[in-house]
This record gives sequence, C-alpha cells and structure tokens, in this order.
Amino acid sequence: MFLQQLVNGLTIGGIYALIAIGYSLVYGILRIVNFAHGDIFMMGSFFGLIISKASGLSFLVVAPIAMACTGMLGMLVERLAYRPLRGADSMSVLICAMGVSTLLANLAQLIFGTQTHLYSVGFQLRHFQFGSVSITNLQFIMVIITVVSLTILLAFVKKTKFGIAMRATSNNLTTAKMMGINTNIVISITFAIGSMLASGAGMMVGMYYDAVFPTMGFSYGIKAFAAAVLGGIGSLPGAMLGGLTIGVVESLGSAYLSSGYRNAFAFGIMIIVLILKPTGIMGKVVREKV
Amino acid sequence: MLEIHELHVKYGVIPALHGISLSVKEGEMVSLIGANGAGKSTTLRAISGIVRPTEGYITLCGQEITSMGAHKIAGLGVAHVPEGRGVFPNLTVMENLSLGAYLRKNKLEIAEDAEWVFEVFPRIYERKKQLAGTLSGGELQMLAIARAMMARPRLLLLDEPSMGLSPILVEEVFRMVCELNHDRGVTILLVEQNARMALTVSDRAYVMETGEIVASGVSQELMQRDEIRRAYLGA
Ligand SMILES: Nc1ncnc2c1ncn2[C@@H]1O[C@H](COP(=O)(O)OP(=O)(O)O)[C@@H](O)[C@H]1O
Ligand SMILES: [Mg+2]
Repeated sequence: MFLQQLVNGLTIGGIYALIAIGYSLVYGILRIVNFAHGDIFMMGSFFGLIISKASGLSFLVVAPIAMACTGMLGMLVERLAYRPLRGADSMSVLICAMGVSTLLANLAQLIFGTQTHLYSVGFQLRHFQFGSVSITNLQFIMVIITVVSLTILLAFVKKTKFGIAMRATSNNLTTAKMMGINTNIVISITFAIGSMLASGAGMMVGMYYDAVFPTMGFSYGIKAFAAAVLGGIGSLPGAMLGGLTIGVVESLGSAYLSSGYRNAFAFGIMIIVLILKPTGIMGKVVREKV
Repeated sequence: MLEIHELHVKYGVIPALHGISLSVKEGEMVSLIGANGAGKSTTLRAISGIVRPTEGYITLCGQEITSMGAHKIAGLGVAHVPEGRGVFPNLTVMENLSLGAYLRKNKLEIAEDAEWVFEVFPRIYERKKQLAGTLSGGELQMLAIARAMMARPRLLLLDEPSMGLSPILVEEVFRMVCELNHDRGVTILLVEQNARMALTVSDRAYVMETGEIVASGVSQELMQRDEIRRAYLGA
C-alpha cells in the first residue's frame, strides 16, 4: 500500500512539477504570479483532445502540435495582458492575471461546454504487477516524459546561450538589455516554454484520469503554484522538488488519513515549509522588483 | 561619433536633464564630471537607451538612436558599464563575460578577446568559475570592464569606475581604461566624481551641475581654471 501510494504520488507530483516550472520561470523574470497558468494547462489538455479527434492522427503527432499551440497561447497572453502592464503596480498585474484566468476558463466552457469530456485519444492502458505494486504503462510514460523534459529544460537553461540570456534577464532586466539581449523575446519564449510544459502535463492528466473539463485549471494551477512556492519560487530545481513533495504528501495523506482532505495536505505542507524556511526549500532571498 | 543635442530627461515629472548638448569624436576620451545628482548617470542611461528622453536627440555615427531599444543600441557597438557595476550576481564570472559578447558571432575572435581580457585581468581568470556575486568590490569592477571589453565596443560608457576602490586599484583601473583608448582605439565617455583623475586621463571634459552643462573644454585647460579648481579639485 505504501509503495503503491508513493508511486502514484510521484506520478502526479511530476505533473505538478511540470506546471510549477511555468510559475517559477515567469516569476523569476517578471516577479509576477501568472494566475492564468492553470487555465493555460487546461487549454493545453483540450488542444490535445480536439486535435486528436479532428485529425485522427496518432497522439505522438498530436501532442507536439498541441504543445506548440499552447506555447503560442502563452505568448499571446503575455503580449496582450502582461506586457502593457510592465512596470505597473503588482495589484494591477494580479487583477489582470485573475481576469485572464477567468476569461480562459469561460472561453473553454463556451467552446467545449461545461461537462467533463472523456479523454479518448486512443491510448491502450496496460497494467504491470511488481509484487504488491501495480504500475500502468501510462505511469511509466508519464514519469519518463517528466524526467526527460525537466532534464532538457535544466540543461537548456544552464548551458545554451539563450538559457544564459534567460538567467541574465531574470537576474537584472535592465543590464540584460545593455548586453544586447532582446528581453521582450526572452520573456515571450519564457511564457512559451512554461505553457508547453503545462500543455504536456495537461494531456498526461487527461489520459491519467480519462477526464478533462474547463474548470480543472484552478485546482491544478493552485497546487502547482503551492509547489513552486514550497520549492522556492524562481528556482527550477525547487519547482521540481516542490511538485514531487506535494504529489507524494497528497497521495500518502489521502490514503492513510482521509481522502477528503486531499487539497488540505498540499497546502498544509506548503505552510509548514514556509514557516520553517520562508524562502522555500531551494529559494534564495529575492529583492522585490520596484 | 556621438552627438547629443538639447537633451531633456525626466523621471516621472521630475526633470533630471535640462537640455544638455555634448559630443564625442572618434578615438577620443571625454570625461563628464560633476557633483552627486548632477545628472551624469542619467546622461549615460539616455545614450544607452535605458531612459527615454522627452526632448532633444542623440546620434551615433550620424544615425539617430534617441528612441531606439537598449538592446539595439548595444548592437551598434555601445557598451555601458553602469554605476554599481551591474554584473549578474547569480551567473558565473565566465557567463558574465560571455554575455558581453552576446551579439558577436565570430567564435574565434571572441576566444581571442577572452584570452586578452584574462591577460589584462589575471584575477578574473582565477575566478572564472565562481558566481559573480562572490567577488570583491575591485574584482566586480574589473569584471564589469572586462565584460564590456568582450563586446569590442566602438563607444564605451564608463560610470564611476573608481567608486569604492582603493587608490591602488583606482590607478590600475585607469591604466586599463587608458590602454583601451590608446592601444585599442576605443572611444570612451567617462563619468567620474574623482575629477582630478578624470581630467588627467581625458582629452576633453564637460562639467555638469543640476542637469546642465556649465563648462567644457580641453581637460588640461579646465584643470587650470580657478572656478573648476575650487569647486572640483579642492584647490
Ligand atoms: N531612478 C530614478 N528615479 C527618480 N529620480 C532619479 C532616478 N535616478 C536619478 N534620479 C534623479 O535624477 C537626478 C540626476 O541623477 P544622476 O543622473 O544619478 O546623477 P549623478 O550620476 O550625476 O550622480 C538626481 O536628482 C536624482 O535624484
Ligand atoms: Mg551617478
């Protein structure tokens, strides 16, 4: 039972980690919380489903297309909603972010209806038994995709010229411009990367629970946000660690204590960590941008 | 090479520059001196596109750059070493240097310049894998200048390179700056509160007071003027 819950917790924790990266990347550069990110995750999931249904193509082909569409949606949100508010006070940005979030959720209800859709993308689920632990092929795939994409992202940010430019922009936007870095492009790409990872997470969640619905962005978004804060917002390894922690705590908590308090466990662990270490597990002290 | 005409800059509603005009010719080293708050840093920020002028214009080699984006101005060969040095503390020394050469394509030339920079600043070489945030004040200043050198700039804007440095380091940094100007032919606009040092090394100078230019001329001559000696050289 324990091992089974641990495996389930790590699977869903990987999903939280993928979404949390998007919060952390954007916060690292702009010091804003993109509350629309959960809804971008939801749209990413829907894109996968509708493109799959409309085209009938293999999901291996559909998934990258859906991710690209979601990346563009993220860039669009930045361009239309956040860029005009660059330098505005944080309350205005927060209200704007909530507005975008509501807009996307309602747009999804308008287009797809309010009901829950089955995530029928032609995936053949198989179960494997390892002693007392049952693992599905989907769980394997989810863990592998999560690990691979997070590794690629870390290497990209660490090693490539563009990755260094991203970190420089996050360190000091003005000085980054002086180096000749087009910081608007860096910010656009940052939104695109976060949105693409969220889309991947959204499609995997859709397949995992065989369900997708327009309001699902909220609960995943808020938990992934908790994961980013728990890990130390702005830190990528922190977001990963935070996601896994929340996934495991939530899974074990609902198995051993009560499944009714699923969400309470996620936020409980976040509050405890923040009391012990206000900057989060991997967080550095960041100066509020003025 | 650089031409500034009747430039006005405001921070919000508060004016910082009231129509200043100055010029820097190719190969020159020009200094801009004046008390704290005179508007020296603001002038450099306007040139590199960090602040937007409300009136007036700036041209670089005849091309107007007044409302150009900062990254585009950097692309025209302007390197700005800001006040307080402006290195990226969470990046390594090497990453900071590589960002100096961000817009350059020729890997061979970049490697050559890196070697040259390390020769000039051996201490930077020793620390190249460290996070820049762990460097001492003098090392930070050297890194900031080294990073600007990696851009192979045509015009170098230096904002108070002597600030916070010991007298020995100040000598060293200024020797470097002179070398850049004489041997590498880099045009330099130098902002300094250390007026004596600035006037000694520069060809010409402008004196600023509360957002206006109140005197200008050949540095050697300015040093002889009574009012300059009294106000800025403590004599
Ligand atoms: N970011 C800013 N916001 C508002 N006012 C500023 C800012 N930077 C400088 N100032 C004001 O502009 C004037 C010129 O400042 P500055 O260019 O930094 O002078 P200097 O470099 O000669 O010491 C000063 O009155 C200063 O208070
Ligand atoms: Mg200054």
